[in-house]
Amino acid sequence: MPWLGVLSVVLLAGGCIWGLAFVPPDFKQGNSFRIIYIHVPASAVAMGGYMLMATAGAIHLIWRMKLAAVVMKCTAPVGAALTFLALVTGAVWGKPTWGTWWVWDARITSVLILFFLYLGVLALHQAFDNQEAAAKSCAVLAIVGAVNIPIIYWSVEWWYSLHQPASIKFMGESSIHPSMLRPLMATISGMYLFLGWVVLLNTRAEILFRERKTRWVKDLVADGGR
Amino acid sequence: MYFDSFAALMNMDGHGAYVWFCYGLSLLVLVGLVAAPLRRQRIIRRMIAAAARREAAELGN
Repeated sequence: MPWLGVLSVVLLAGGCIWGLAFVPPDFKQGNSFRIIYIHVPASAVAMGGYMLMATAGAIHLIWRMKLAAVVMKCTAPVGAALTFLALVTGAVWGKPTWGTWWVWDARITSVLILFFLYLGVLALHQAFDNQEAAAKSCAVLAIVGAVNIPIIYWSVEWWYSLHQPASIKFMGESSIHPSMLRPLMATISGMYLFLGWVVLLNTRAEILFRERKTRWVKDLVADGGR
Repeated sequence: MYFDSFAALMNMDGHGAYVWFCYGLSLLVLVGLVAAPLRRQRIIRRMIAAAARREAAELGN
């Protein structure tokens, strides 16, 4: 786990410094485009995190796996924080680029719904005293909400939008210059590793809490292990 | 470096405030995300240790 954290921090910090200080500015947007190195990773991983949460929820419902419920619960706060970052950095980028902080357009509204879905899962989990019932309800909410993910992804193509279409394509030529793309790839992969790292940290704390009355946890704490 | 000076890097032709705000906020949020589970872990461990001590004291009586 420590190497996961180190690798994530190195990629994120390296990519950000590279993108902030060394990449040439965008010919249309000037230097404000440098927000991309935090906005796109936060947005991409907010969506990836949602898929992780919904998949964990489905695994919990189908195979009754307890660990999946823990992972689902532990992903929600990370996803909510990253969606918050995506929205705020997007708004701050919008001001100098579009002349407005906020528009009710398809991409931005669907990401706002993603944020509320994360908050909904967190609130729903809080609302139950029974952990098992909480996990089941959250899993259902997470799975139903997953319909929002493809809507976010294709929103810029389905509706007329202020938001620019994706610059990175899985197939075909990307519409972004390689010198700008490389640090972006670094921060996106760094952010995915960051998600994995923090979900593991959260999961470790959650398991320790749930198993606090068991023999093995008591022995572990008495021995001074982690 | 693309910029000529540190001041130019800060200013970014007028976009500096927007860009640096985003990076500052992101740093805060990411550090908070890592700090929260580490802090929780410490609190739970302390709780378990305290419970074990109580138990031992009760057994002793």
